[in-house]
Amino acid sequence: MTATLMLELRDLGKSFELHHQHGARLNVLSGMNLRLHAGECVVLSGPSGAGKSTLLRVVYANYRPSFGAVHVRHAERWLDLAKATPHEVLDVRRRTLGYVSQFLRVIPRVPTLDIVAEPLLQMGGVSLEQARERAGNLLRRLNVPERLWHLPPGTFSGGEQQRVNIARGLIMPRPILLLDEPTASLDADNRAVVAELLSEARAAGSAVLGIFHDEDMRDRVATRLFPMQALEAA
Amino acid sequence: MSALLQVRGLSRHYGHRIGCEDVSFDLHPGELLCIVGESGSGKSTLLNTVAAQLAPTSGSVRYCQKNGSWLDIGMLNEADRRRLAREEWGFVTQNPRDGLRLNVSAGANVAERLMALGMRNYSQLRGIARNWLERVEIDPSRIDDPPTAFSGGMQQRLQIARTLVTQPRLVFMDEPTAGLDVSVQARILDLLRRLVNELGLAAVMVTHDLAVARLLAARTMVMQGGRVVETGLTDQILDDPQHPYTQLLVSSVLTT
Amino acid sequence: MTYNFAFLDEDTKRMLRRALLKAVAIPGYQVPFGSREMPLPYGWGTGGIQVTAALLGPDDVLKVIDQGADDTTNAVNIRRFFARVAGVATTEHTVDATLIQTRHRIPETSLREDQILVFQVPEPEPLRTLEPREAETRTLHALADYGLMHVKLYEDIAQYGHIATSYDYPVLVDGRYLTSPSPIPKFDNPKMDQSPALMLFGAGREKRLYAIPPYTSVESLAFEDHPFEIQRWEHHCELCGSRESYLDEVVVDDRGSRMFVCSDTDFCSGRRAEAQA
Repeated sequence: MTATLMLELRDLGKSFELHHQHGARLNVLSGMNLRLHAGECVVLSGPSGAGKSTLLRVVYANYRPSFGAVHVRHAERWLDLAKATPHEVLDVRRRTLGYVSQFLRVIPRVPTLDIVAEPLLQMGGVSLEQARERAGNLLRRLNVPERLWHLPPGTFSGGEQQRVNIARGLIMPRPILLLDEPTASLDADNRAVVAELLSEARAAGSAVLGIFHDEDMRDRVATRLFPMQALEAA
Repeated sequence: MSALLQVRGLSRHYGHRIGCEDVSFDLHPGELLCIVGESGSGKSTLLNTVAAQLAPTSGSVRYCQKNGSWLDIGMLNEADRRRLAREEWGFVTQNPRDGLRLNVSAGANVAERLMALGMRNYSQLRGIARNWLERVEIDPSRIDDPPTAFSGGMQQRLQIARTLVTQPRLVFMDEPTAGLDVSVQARILDLLRRLVNELGLAAVMVTHDLAVARLLAARTMVMQGGRVVETGLTDQILDDPQHPYTQLLVSSVLTT
Repeated sequence: MTYNFAFLDEDTKRMLRRALLKAVAIPGYQVPFGSREMPLPYGWGTGGIQVTAALLGPDDVLKVIDQGADDTTNAVNIRRFFARVAGVATTEHTVDATLIQTRHRIPETSLREDQILVFQVPEPEPLRTLEPREAETRTLHALADYGLMHVKLYEDIAQYGHIATSYDYPVLVDGRYLTSPSPIPKFDNPKMDQSPALMLFGAGREKRLYAIPPYTSVESLAFEDHPFEIQRWEHHCELCGSRESYLDEVVVDDRGSRMFVCSDTDFCSGRRAEAQA
């Protein structure tokens, strides 16, 4: 039995028009095709400037594609994010599409535990206590000391913030996970924990699309590599 | 999910001058929409026109009431407009002194909307007022102090309590954090974020501060010269701005 | 020199009567009228005497009180004024009067259907201290949007532990219009409810008049857990011994001795006469 197709990019292109730089046009992606199935982990590879982060952001609908389609299996039907309304995109992000970046966007005064628990609460169906408990378990696995849980993460170290960010990104089991170097400033032990969490997610049926610069990490999590090349400047 | 508010082709002119022109959007229950733009871009005019504080020159605003029926705001008489403003809407002004009654105590400010709805039990009013002061992080023992004895940040939090005490479904906010220093701003933003989530409020907020939009709003509209030049998800607009004006606005933000 | 009967010209009286009819038709509603210059300053009862002048007929018997007393300057002057310009009979006895003009009191003696009480009103708008904009207070009246009045009562309780407003205590007339009873003590408020006598209110400076028709409900505002209460005294009147009337505290010498006496002089002297008989 073949795995379920979760995400399909068709002839995807992205360019940026910079109105205040004399109308300069940057072509970053062109003619991209990619299929992602449940249970696999595709790692984007290529030199910096190849558009890997841009691709993830287009898939997350953080960037708007210039051409092509981003088909996502959402609630048992297909939706093209390039054409979806903002409310549809928000629903996809809430239920189907998770995105973990390198950086935690800190919300002033909100304690770590609640930042991690928030995606679960937004989904609804769990109590605050349950959500906090799950958040605590995840933070514990990621070796975030318990004394930090009730502090806002604004003053944490880079590595601690990144682990908080991963916990927040992974607390909700989502069918598709997008990871943009979430382990960049983690030590080997914590990278191993993240690798473990990802394989658990895959085993549970999530499809993962990510960027990992660290080769060791890449080898550990990838089921397939997707090579990318920088476009010639137009 | 169906919309709570439908704005279609809304314009407001001041004589020959354009306040806002041909604005359309939907707002869903529980959603916070930010209107950003620089001074004079028409954001406050738009907010006041949508909130029925200004009469539109053309266009329509429709609102879905608690009981599920739609109201055409432009067709409402004064009595129904006020009832709506009292029972289902709220308005938070930039300067709390415009939204508060300065010559009566903090408790009376919070309780006023409840009394307008007919609540006539003093101890109950006191209890609710105390509870709301606590929710906006004002020491409840200051319930009998006048707002003039409060700092700017406290006054703004008091105005928020006064507005939200009747649990409105839709709140309009005009630069609620402008004019406050940064640490006070952060506290109010966090408070708003929490209350909006807890109460499932829908809100339209005017701000010139893109960081406020990013923190609070899932969707943002960018205005220039009275027109909406770009609209969409807040992170799309801030990370991948398309319109020249939005690009200018985003690139002008100081990053830390 | 002769004056037109009751000082005002007939056109002005007609204008006033029309306004009064409208006021009676809409109990508690403030009717604007063309207030005239009167031969006494604003604040001395110009509204009241215009209403009185519009109502007086040759057969009327007029009584004028100020703070309950018939013998104070304001009362004496107004009574003399009408005796001169209308030639009507005057009295100090409440029961004999057909028309009573008053400032700050309602007589203790119950009024009858054939009597009219005319109040002098300095500020007809009960919401004015809370809302200075006239256009806004009119809208609030139009919409019966009176939550604001309770803000004031709330403030009273918050500051003093009870509703400390003791005069000009706001009332709701006929379940509809929020109305100022004029600066009478709240002790007199219950006398307005279902009163057999017609009550008319004139504010000369503010150019408003309003009415409470006979047998109209007049409700003093309050909270469920802080109901309306009237003043009570531990004393009784030192002259007539009354325990039911509104008492004035009077300083009687330079050593600060004081006594409590009825503010209604006619009521007090009537009781004393009865006691002697």
